[in-house]
Amino acid sequence: MNAIANPNLDDLLTQAQADIAAAADPRAIEALRVDLLGKKGRVTDLLKSLGGMAHEQRKAFGEQVNKVKEQLSAQLEARARAIADAELARRLASETIDVTLPGRGEPAGALHPVSRTIRRIEQIFNAMGFESVQGPEIEDDWHNFQALNIPESHPARAMQDTFYALNGARLLRTHTSPVQVRTMLDRKPPIRIICPGRVYRVDFDRTHSPMFHQVEGLYVAENVGLADLKHDLTTFLKLFFERDVEALFRPSYFPFVEPGADVHIRWGDPEKGTRWLEVLGCGVIHPNVLAAVGIDPERYTGYAFGMGVERLTMLRYGVDDLRLFFNNDLRFLEQFK
Amino acid sequence: MKLSENWLREWVNPPATATELAHKLNMAGLEAEAEAMLAVLPQGIVVGKILSAIPHPQADRLRVCEVDAGTGEVLQIVCGAANARPGILVPAALPGAVLPNGTQIGKAALRGVESSGMLCSASELGLAEKSDGLLELDLSAKPGTPIEKHLGLVDNSIVLELTPNRGDCLSIAGLAREAAALYGIPVTAPRIKPAVVEPETRIGVIVDDISGCPHYVGRVVEGLNAAARTPDWMSERLRRSGIRTIHPVVDITNYVLLELGQPMHGFDAAQLKGAIRVRRAKAGEQLKLLNEQTITLDPRDLLITDDSGPLVLAGIMGGEASGCSSTTTSIFLEAACFEPVSIATSGRRHKLLSDSRYRFERGVDPALQRQALERATALVQEICGGKAGPIVEVGTAPAHVAEIALRHSQVNRLLGCEIPVVRIVPLLQSLGMTVTPSGAGSWQVKVPPHRYDLRIEADLVEEIGRLHGYDNIAPGAYAAELAPFSAKETTRQLDRVKDALIARGYQEVVTYSFVDPKIQVQLDPETPGVLLDNPIAETMAVMRTTIWSGLIPTWQYNRQRQQKRARLFEAGAVYALDGEANREQAKLAGLIAGPALPEQWGAAARPVDFFDAKADLETLFGTSLRYEAGQHPALHPGRTACLVRDGVAVGWLGALHPKLAEAFDISEALYLFELDWAAVRDIALPTPGGVSEFPSSRRDLAFVVDEAVSAQAIADVIRDTGGPLLKSVQSFDVYRGANLPEGRKSVAYGLIFQDYSRTLNVEEIDAAAQAVAAGVHARLGGSVRE
Repeated sequence: MNAIANPNLDDLLTQAQADIAAAADPRAIEALRVDLLGKKGRVTDLLKSLGGMAHEQRKAFGEQVNKVKEQLSAQLEARARAIADAELARRLASETIDVTLPGRGEPAGALHPVSRTIRRIEQIFNAMGFESVQGPEIEDDWHNFQALNIPESHPARAMQDTFYALNGARLLRTHTSPVQVRTMLDRKPPIRIICPGRVYRVDFDRTHSPMFHQVEGLYVAENVGLADLKHDLTTFLKLFFERDVEALFRPSYFPFVEPGADVHIRWGDPEKGTRWLEVLGCGVIHPNVLAAVGIDPERYTGYAFGMGVERLTMLRYGVDDLRLFFNNDLRFLEQFK
Repeated sequence: MKLSENWLREWVNPPATATELAHKLNMAGLEAEAEAMLAVLPQGIVVGKILSAIPHPQADRLRVCEVDAGTGEVLQIVCGAANARPGILVPAALPGAVLPNGTQIGKAALRGVESSGMLCSASELGLAEKSDGLLELDLSAKPGTPIEKHLGLVDNSIVLELTPNRGDCLSIAGLAREAAALYGIPVTAPRIKPAVVEPETRIGVIVDDISGCPHYVGRVVEGLNAAARTPDWMSERLRRSGIRTIHPVVDITNYVLLELGQPMHGFDAAQLKGAIRVRRAKAGEQLKLLNEQTITLDPRDLLITDDSGPLVLAGIMGGEASGCSSTTTSIFLEAACFEPVSIATSGRRHKLLSDSRYRFERGVDPALQRQALERATALVQEICGGKAGPIVEVGTAPAHVAEIALRHSQVNRLLGCEIPVVRIVPLLQSLGMTVTPSGAGSWQVKVPPHRYDLRIEADLVEEIGRLHGYDNIAPGAYAAELAPFSAKETTRQLDRVKDALIARGYQEVVTYSFVDPKIQVQLDPETPGVLLDNPIAETMAVMRTTIWSGLIPTWQYNRQRQQKRARLFEAGAVYALDGEANREQAKLAGLIAGPALPEQWGAAARPVDFFDAKADLETLFGTSLRYEAGQHPALHPGRTACLVRDGVAVGWLGALHPKLAEAFDISEALYLFELDWAAVRDIALPTPGGVSEFPSSRRDLAFVVDEAVSAQAIADVIRDTGGPLLKSVQSFDVYRGANLPEGRKSVAYGLIFQDYSRTLNVEEIDAAAQAVAAGVHARLGGSVRE
């Protein structure tokens, strides 16, 4: 049997669909849902009216009403979702921020470039088995000069070169080498240390500062020679400059080493011409120094080296005025972030 | 020191350019550089003889000279030099000549008088920075000779920067010896023949202090031509080493100094009274030196004296009275060897620098004196004429200065590589050493006197190493036995603290250890500082007793450069006077100033305050420090915390005292901290307990207390009386004002109670809270604010 068209049902469906489409907010949707599908809703009423119908009519009409119910239910849900989506979109749009504005609070500071270089030097030598040690900066003549085999007539001991205090009873160490003396007095070989720190000399111009930093290195064991020194320092220079830097060892003189050397590296743009730059001094420890600290120079030998931290910092980062390090101008220091 | 390459090549002529020679010397440990004597040679300048010189008709200071410049005609040249006079020979720039500075010389009319060229001074030739008048040449110079030929200007300077142990190379002879050894070629020294002794005139020499002056030779030369002139070849060589021509005798002694390395002195014999005596000074004696300075002598100063008193500060500088002058016709020449330490300390004491001191304090060949004296005598006779007296000698010249046992094994050990025996012996012999085998793989080595720097076996090893070439020693392998080490976990690492400060916006600075005493005395009036004996400046005269002495000027420096705020820290030593001695302590210090945050859109601007700095310290040191109200002379009396660890004061935190802020002209908020690094280095290992599965309960209590009662004191009482269930205490509010009596404040705390094995009931929590309230009331007079 053909379904009997029910003009009331068609009207209801058309009207309800228009109402749903016009619903503007969740409340309107809910009101329509109650009005149509609620316990006392119009569609529900139609379903309730089925009971009074003949079997055949009930089946056909029932199917039609259920179809309308499902249709309206789905449309209500879709409309509700669309409204919620629109609402969320509106909210999100209203919550948009300018992500390009800077973050709140404080940007980080930086290590001083000298500390930065000392830290790198320490990392490299620590990895090579050298321990970092410290010592006093106000020293006495014995630790700074005598024990290091620096004769009384040596020009370094003049007032023009060394800062003295307490009427000459003390001095500001002119190098970090007294730390090697103190360490050798305290420990027995094998000794492998580096000593970073402040040192002082009476000198003040574009290339000299009355205070600067050195890293001293020391290795004492049986049979340590110039070849070991060459190996370890070449390795250091390659790691520090992060390239296969060419190093040249030239004979030189420091009272506390014999044989002594200074180390030059090839510097500059190969296209534009290079030159040799002195970067550190070193040598095989003088037997008088070992004897002064009670180490038998017949049994043990060793090497020592000293490098200027500011010089390495200047080379590494292309700084050309030593004074910049101690003016502490924040505009300079901030560039080392 | 600079030496002429041409001069050196008269002694030794290596098959190498000056640059190659310099490189070779460098690689052997003698820092050397070759540079052209003159960057640009003069062109068209010849020797000219002034035949006549008459005043210029139009100009008082000009002269019109007739000059024979070897051109076959007499040239008329107008000249402004005061010393232009007939008979002298001078450099003449002919028309077409180019001076080293680029000036073109042509024919010109000067105030109406034709001038065919120009007569030149030394500076116009590029030979001197400054010069006075025309350069007068030897009277024997031949007019027309190109000036570069006459003066030997095609030459290089070997510039030497020698280490203090190589005083033996501070001369042509020394450098020649070294170059000969490096190239394996012979030295051809000029032959020095002993002078024929004619008169028996002698001046006696007495050396009182033979250890200060182990060898002294001297002789009289008399009958000198007082008008003699130092020849051009000699003054040129002196000039190339930076020595001015002064007087023939002085020039000759300087020449011998450069040639042989022996400083000498020439006295005017007519000024000497009695015998020469070498002795230490007597207290209060004075000496007027050649440089016109009068010094008061120290009993440790070594002197050359005669019956009239001090003549020379030995080895350093001559006296004015006994020197040679334009009337000197009889001289006493001295060549001596002085002990280096004495010369160095005297020179230093009187702050006198001289070529003589420079050499003596590095050491002078103790066997060189007689040779130098003969050389000088010969030169005096050649230039000034005269007859030589007998040599008076005190002390002896040693044949060798050391005898050293050398082991082949030690050579290899110290150098770290195998040097063959066949190489070792010739290397040492090339340096003038006598090498005698003394057993298997060992030798006795006699060191010649000029190598007084070689004393021990290691010295010989270095000589072998440097002549063998450090370049030829292959780097060893990394053979060191590793002794792994690691920082203790219970030791706080400075690097990590620095990184934490940096992450919180601090910039590390490094300031001088010596500071301005005027600033420091205000910041730390109670700690005596170590004053430097010889500060570089008044503002760098005392060692810092607090890092603030560097941080505050650093802030001032930066705020003068438009910085509005800063967070600075420095880690380093401070130094205090401790009775007779000094004490050094590692510190960590910081300064914050200006707005709390950089200018920004997202936070309201406010100046830094105490709790900004305190938060930084709490981040670094957690609860290990207590902050107790304290008093520090540099800090605001009401905004200062003494940092206390385990009952010991370890540092300070506070606002710069307003009086000091005014004195330092600082108007913005500024807080400082400093703590003793050693006292905060030790940290405990964490000892974590379990975590309770049962809920915690919170009670909030606000206490009304007197203003003088600190939050810390209340928290201490709460913890003390809260019983075992109290897990944590947090202050969350401080209130003053309405509803509270004058001089009272309310501080609110949240108390968290918890047990590990069960949920707490209300009664136990109430009981604990009441115990706390009772405790605060009893101990601090605080009441719970309802």
